[in-house]
Amino acid sequence: MAKLKKAPAVWGDTHHPFCAGCGHGIVTRLIAEVLEELGQLDNFMFSLGVGCSCNLHHFFRGDKMQCAHGRPAAMATGMKRVSPESVVMTYQGDGDAAVIGIAETLNAAYRNEKITAFVINNALFGMTGGQMSWTTLPGMKTKTSVKGRDCSLTGDPIKLVEMISSQFNVAYAARGAVHTAKDINRTRSYVKNALESQIKGEGYSIVEFLAPCPTNWGISPIDSLKWVDEKMLPFYPTGEFKTRKGD
Amino acid sequence: MSTRKMMKGNIAVAEAAVRAGLDFYGGYPITPQTEVLEHFSYRMAQEGRSFVQAENEIAAINMVIGASVCGRRAMTSSSGPGMALKQEGISYAARYSLPYVMLNVQRWGTGLGSLDTSQCDYWRETRGGGNGDYNTIVLAPSTVQELVDLMYESFDIAEKYRNAVLILSEAALGQMMEPCIMPDYKKAPKLPEWRFDGTGKRDHGFGSQTDMTDTVRKKREIMQKNEQRWESYMTDDAEYIFVAFGLPSRVCRDAVGKLRADGEKAGLIRPVTLWPFPVNAFKEPGSSIKGFISVESNDLGQMVEDVALTSKLIFRDRAMPVYSYASGRALPSVRKVVEHYYAAKNGKIKEVF
Repeated sequence: MAKLKKAPAVWGDTHHPFCAGCGHGIVTRLIAEVLEELGQLDNFMFSLGVGCSCNLHHFFRGDKMQCAHGRPAAMATGMKRVSPESVVMTYQGDGDAAVIGIAETLNAAYRNEKITAFVINNALFGMTGGQMSWTTLPGMKTKTSVKGRDCSLTGDPIKLVEMISSQFNVAYAARGAVHTAKDINRTRSYVKNALESQIKGEGYSIVEFLAPCPTNWGISPIDSLKWVDEKMLPFYPTGEFKTRKGD
Repeated sequence: MSTRKMMKGNIAVAEAAVRAGLDFYGGYPITPQTEVLEHFSYRMAQEGRSFVQAENEIAAINMVIGASVCGRRAMTSSSGPGMALKQEGISYAARYSLPYVMLNVQRWGTGLGSLDTSQCDYWRETRGGGNGDYNTIVLAPSTVQELVDLMYESFDIAEKYRNAVLILSEAALGQMMEPCIMPDYKKAPKLPEWRFDGTGKRDHGFGSQTDMTDTVRKKREIMQKNEQRWESYMTDDAEYIFVAFGLPSRVCRDAVGKLRADGEKAGLIRPVTLWPFPVNAFKEPGSSIKGFISVESNDLGQMVEDVALTSKLIFRDRAMPVYSYASGRALPSVRKVVEHYYAAKNGKIKEVF
């Protein structure tokens, strides 16, 4: 018989502001569950990016600071340096972390800052209505690439986790997806590894999440799950790119 | 209390911040401020506190916000071009009423400018360069000792109002050596109730957008009422009064001495707070007053606008002449200041407003 697991109270029991089929709901719940499992529900802080990630203000309880667009990794640095015992996380979209905030993101990784970056990748700017992001797939149509992304003009998409794991001495880097039960479970273990590595003082950790955005992709929630599988996964492989020492 | 010793302005002001209980510093190299960053790089480590050489000024101010929201004493420092980058973060910090301190060791010029001493950032620092409605308390020291004293007090002021405080230094003030007395280590204040502590259970006092309009208006009124600071010199019977802050105020003080020796009734108002502008200082001179001369080391004359607005407010029954002497890419000289005094008195230069 199937079991129904109750979400941790911090995740909120009221209205969630996300669109139907959006990946943010699953990702935030995974984070809440792992915080609970690690006994950190009264010991965490978020620095929030600008975009759909701002929505955490409306339902995710706890200490959350709103950053300027792209600056969460820098703000989290300040938080962590004076609160080394707290779990400090950024929560950002790909536009926030990989476009306008790429300097802050990479420099926090470069310093091996003991924070965890959670980056939701839906391959476009969600909150502003679906413009091209640096993570938009080649040929993908968005509001600012109406004929499909032309990489000869825009350059090629950024693979944040590959870049960070290969160039910087960080503690942990992974990319997960949340479009199937199997992927959700696997991604949950990435979240846990990322937060545990921070708690144990191992260094910087990042998890990128491939998340559906049916509203801006212009397809149904069901079709968007297929789209993650068929379009995103071949370009953005999931898995652990930097594993923890001793693992 | 330690003894008087020769110290360079930039080192002295940084050490004063350490003594004041600074918990976190984030900054980036830029001349003529860099000794501040260098001093913190080893002194913060010695005291077991946090120092980050940030990737840029934007990151530095955001790190300061992160430390401040956790209730810790935090600061950043820079010069004109670097302060420009911080404006985004300053606006965000103002939205959440966060207390912290900034130091701007001003250099001359627009764009890259030069490394010469200047007061060219008056407009931006007193008006706020980021989006939205907010005020930063701006303190303008004129000696190395005053740099130390104002920095030492700045965190208390910031925390009292939950507001940013900016110390507006100048290249030459940061680079010069003067005797000064360094204060003792301040006892660490109790962490504020509103801070982030990870529990999510504290009221952070960020306020709602609905209340924001009233909140910022009340806050401005209280800060304007409580925080005006200035020094008046021979203003009681003065006919023409120089208004000058920082290093040019020292030149003007000498000019007043020289003019008085010549029988001229000159005086000086030296604003110590540039925001709130010391409006009350302008109520002090007697009825002999015939005009104000704003003396600044910048190109266009910036503070002169506040001098003119204040004159309009205080002298309602008559139009008070206001003159400007902006010395450009150098400090004013006593000779030039005296020349401008006579030029104003004899109607040889135009009133600015």
